[in-house]
Amino acid sequence: MNQSTNPSAHPFRQPLARGMTGAAGLTGGWRLQRPVLDPAKCNGCLLCWILCPDGVVAKDTRAIDYEYCKGCGICARECPRKAITMVKESDYEQNS
Amino acid sequence: MSKILNTGNGACAMAVKAAKVDIIAAYPITPQTSIAEKLAAYVAQGEMDAKYLPVESEHSVMSASAAASAAGARTFTATSSQGLLYMHEVLHYTAGGRLPLVIANVNRAICAPWCLYVDHQDAVSQRDTGWIQFFVSTIQEIYDTILLAYKVTEQIEIPVMVNYDGFLLSHSMMPFEPADQALVDAFLPAYEPNWRLHPQWGGTFGNVAPADEYTAHRRRLAEDLEKAKELIESEARNFQDLIGRWHGGLLDWQGPGDAEVLLVSMGSMASEVQLAVQLLERHGIRAAGLRIRVFRPFPREALARIIPAGAKVLVFDRNHAYGTGGGALLSEIKAALYDRRDNIQITGRVMGVGGEDLPASLLASQALEMWEELNR
Repeated sequence: MNQSTNPSAHPFRQPLARGMTGAAGLTGGWRLQRPVLDPAKCNGCLLCWILCPDGVVAKDTRAIDYEYCKGCGICARECPRKAITMVKESDYEQNS
Repeated sequence: MSKILNTGNGACAMAVKAAKVDIIAAYPITPQTSIAEKLAAYVAQGEMDAKYLPVESEHSVMSASAAASAAGARTFTATSSQGLLYMHEVLHYTAGGRLPLVIANVNRAICAPWCLYVDHQDAVSQRDTGWIQFFVSTIQEIYDTILLAYKVTEQIEIPVMVNYDGFLLSHSMMPFEPADQALVDAFLPAYEPNWRLHPQWGGTFGNVAPADEYTAHRRRLAEDLEKAKELIESEARNFQDLIGRWHGGLLDWQGPGDAEVLLVSMGSMASEVQLAVQLLERHGIRAAGLRIRVFRPFPREALARIIPAGAKVLVFDRNHAYGTGGGALLSEIKAALYDRRDNIQITGRVMGVGGEDLPASLLASQALEMWEELNR
């Protein structure tokens, strides 16, 4: 519920809410593995954009929003060109 | 309109039809079944413009009813005993969801052992779900209270349970007077919800809430239940002005106004208590019946106002509040009157459980015993 911190002031008595970005904070911190896209292998089929449960793949650039990506790995598993690799966050941090 | 003869369940179904309910979901259970049967017949015969959902359990009944109410439909269902217990989870959900709903609960004992007859254990064990609970005592009052319940639930957005005694009221016949449809329509206009769950609204219902929002949401329900007392009384008066009948607001004092011995009860037992009061008069005891018509929200203020100093309060409970040494009504009455700190004496008996017959002579003799205990 993200309407206000004072439900008594709500126009409705029902427990209503609307979706909004960042309602649960920056969920990228939950991630153990990070999907890394190799643009050379990507043919722009957009399966990752369709299947991402968090909507963090940009449709135009296929850039992944790591502020909110939880690292579920669906994109890497489903990518027909194997253009996405899951990299351990610890390894990624050491290598970058 | 002239009086007709019908059962309590027949009167209930007639009131639901007069209220122009949109959706009825039901699952059969004795002694409620003849309400659902009659409503199914009204719908099948085109006498009622409603959708009837024969779902597979009471849990689904209340879930379907919750969804129908959220979608903006005037919704009704009926159950008894184990059926009400099976709804328990969704009773909490509908109250927390602030969904207007009316259910007729035809009071019946609960298992084990198996028992078909009346007591109030089914409803009393739902007292902390956040629902409004009426207990009525005549067939006329069943009809009138169903209409009142819709008027209340649609304004305060808290679901309402109308309780009446299994078989004693549900299956026995009494003359009663239905209301003219034009008067019902004037009292209870078509339902216009403040909000409805619809794709165009585009939000969620009952989503996760952090502690601060959950706390405030639940506190609002508790506060609105307190406000419901005034609403029930004022709508009962509106009903009286328009349709001409009065069954009491939250309480119903039955007997001499100067009585200092009060026999407190709920449901059809209160009718028998009126006869018991006359028997006590022969023993020189000036007594009156005090019927609790609304059990939730509990009429604490009205009780504290109406009971005279020095009164002896004898409580008849048709339920056990296990582990408290008595019934639920006894604890509630004691709690409501504690703050007065004057010399009110209160005691009680659990009676009439599992359909035990309660003739006036038995109620009077038990009242006499309690009176003597308090005088010792």
